[in-house]
Amino acid sequence: MREVAIVGIGQTPVREHWDRSLKQLAVDSILSAMADAKVEKVDALYVGNMLSYELAGQENLGAVIADQAGLYDIEVSKIEAACASGAAALRAGIIAVAGGAQEVVVCCGVEKMTDFLTDTVSQGLATAADWEAETLHGVTFCGLNALLMQRYMYEYKVKHEDFAGFVVNAHQNGISNEMAMYRNPITFEQYNKAVEVTAPITLLDSCPICDGSASVVICPLERAKEFTDKPVKITGSSCAYERVAVAARKDILFFEGVYKSAQKAYQQAGRGPKDINIFEPHDAFTIITALSLEACGFAEKGKAVNLAREGKISLGGELPITTMGGLKSRGHPVGGTGIYQVIEVVQQLKGQAGKNQVKDCSVGMTQSIGGAGTVVVTHILEV
Amino acid sequence: MKQQIPVGIISYGCYIPRYRFKTSVLSEVWGESLGPIPELSIPGPDEDTITMAIEASSMALRKIGLDPKKIRAVWVGTESKPYAVKPSSTIVAEAIGATPDVSAADFEFACKAGTEAMQTAAAFVGSGMAEYALAIGMDTAQSKPGDTLEFTAGAGGAAFIFGKKEESIAWLEESYSYVTDTPDFFRRANLPFPEHGGRFTGEPAYFTHLLSAARKIMEITGLSAKDFDYAVFHQPNPKFPSLAGKMLGFKPEQIEPGLLSPYIGNTYAGSSLIGMAATLDVAKPGQRILMVSFGSGAGSDAFVFTVTDKIEALKGKTPPVKSYLNRRKEVNDYGLYAIFQKKIKRG
Repeated sequence: MREVAIVGIGQTPVREHWDRSLKQLAVDSILSAMADAKVEKVDALYVGNMLSYELAGQENLGAVIADQAGLYDIEVSKIEAACASGAAALRAGIIAVAGGAQEVVVCCGVEKMTDFLTDTVSQGLATAADWEAETLHGVTFCGLNALLMQRYMYEYKVKHEDFAGFVVNAHQNGISNEMAMYRNPITFEQYNKAVEVTAPITLLDSCPICDGSASVVICPLERAKEFTDKPVKITGSSCAYERVAVAARKDILFFEGVYKSAQKAYQQAGRGPKDINIFEPHDAFTIITALSLEACGFAEKGKAVNLAREGKISLGGELPITTMGGLKSRGHPVGGTGIYQVIEVVQQLKGQAGKNQVKDCSVGMTQSIGGAGTVVVTHILEV
Repeated sequence: MKQQIPVGIISYGCYIPRYRFKTSVLSEVWGESLGPIPELSIPGPDEDTITMAIEASSMALRKIGLDPKKIRAVWVGTESKPYAVKPSSTIVAEAIGATPDVSAADFEFACKAGTEAMQTAAAFVGSGMAEYALAIGMDTAQSKPGDTLEFTAGAGGAAFIFGKKEESIAWLEESYSYVTDTPDFFRRANLPFPEHGGRFTGEPAYFTHLLSAARKIMEITGLSAKDFDYAVFHQPNPKFPSLAGKMLGFKPEQIEPGLLSPYIGNTYAGSSLIGMAATLDVAKPGQRILMVSFGSGAGSDAFVFTVTDKIEALKGKTPPVKSYLNRRKEVNDYGLYAIFQKKIKRG
């Protein structure tokens, strides 16, 4: 297996892009990543996306987007793993390069969600749950996460307001990220007064519906210097999953898939939770942040909210998370998110994170979760 | 867009039904959080766009004692036509005594149908085709039960008589229209309630069109926010017109006299017209008013009016908008509300 490096990054701002289509957004980030790596040709394109069929009437995305980007005569395909689609596309690229099947590969994540009303988007997102066991009965993703949060608060005697720190931190970090959708601070008071969506989840526990695309160019580490002075090594790449239906799990407050995915990535990188300098979790809802921190080994069960309370997750803390705003403030263009996370860690590792730069940052971890803790893709990046 | 003959508003009248409905009732009924407007004006069981348009037009005529036979055109802009096919305007024209030597038609352009009628009235007079033309924007705003729109849909509107500049209480310096095909809100044929595009109705629809029209007319006339005493914008809720005003450089006090949505809700095609009427109620000679509508579909009409000395003689002739706001009877029962709004009908 060859070692793999990231040599180019490109991203569109996360917005409600009323005037840009799915294809245009994807092409923007692909060409920008290729320009960053100074390459004019690549060997393959893997596109991570979840809802192009439901929300853009388009499948066969690999070919459609390669065509639009002018990347003829290359291998193409779309990778779908619900909200982890972008990260799964990167993993597909890594497998291809590491195994020697491809040399220079673009991994693109893209989602265009705002052409439809919330009901339609929610229905689309709910297809990531188990249709027979869950969706058929009317539960939405917000509903599933609300069940988890309610149970968490009950079991661990945690109050809703204890989750505020995650949101305050994410928005604070999003202010200086030009790519972020919501660049406004959120106060503890605003969090506590937020409108309820599905009890106990409020509007400010939840990430927004939005549009965006992000891409990275990867190649064998041994060739990385052809493209950049500062390659970022991918030392861990893993995908694991657990029972899709939440009710079928042994312990709904322990994300088994997150645990397995993190452990595999730690083993590959020869690292443990203590070695990770920054972590980009899948903070689609505050409860997911808490459960992810615990299953990854950054906090004991029921104690993740303490990390926020004690300031350990801020840029100057022991484990900075959502360093460029996370899903909450930067936004969660579903299939794009996994690549946005990786790009943000690349920026931190290369010292290019501007005002949000974390000091002495050499090992970073990203994690994308598809479904209610179901499919989990973890990456560890190093310089 | 300038007429060959200078024109202006020679009189105006307004109408708001007396019934008020607290939106907290909607929050309770539908289990939703509180909306942006505390209460809405709603039509009584025997009121509709036509009866309300007749009221407003009669007030406009009464204000200056104009012989209705001299009105050469009656145009009604509305989204809530009692007849799908058959003009509302003919009934209004007949009721005010303007028939039969008159043009009449209904205008449809969602919430800017009223200003479309105003612009056409100005053109009719401004081309010499008519001495006087009557433009009305009036609505009993429709909304799906439980929809976001139900929390803002109100009833009311205003009527403006256009004539030559010399007779006007506010002459028209300039007007301008800005239109694109933007489907942010619509009602399909044979369906009772409109559909809307959620957040799409904000930035790409309301703000893009309203701000573009406002900026363009300010550019054409060489005027900026400080050159105006008042600004009236289409008001689907209190937030949009306030924010639009701020983005254009207006101060809250320039907008406040014509901002009625916090008290009665969104009167759709009547919205910017009734705001204009309320502004004229307080305006003084020499003052300048910017008026910009917005209609879904989508577009904006912009007008620059300058108030003349003649406005003083009109004060107190008919009840001002404020008296309609103060004339109120609360109906805080969803069942009655649904009957008044014709959302349910006796079987």
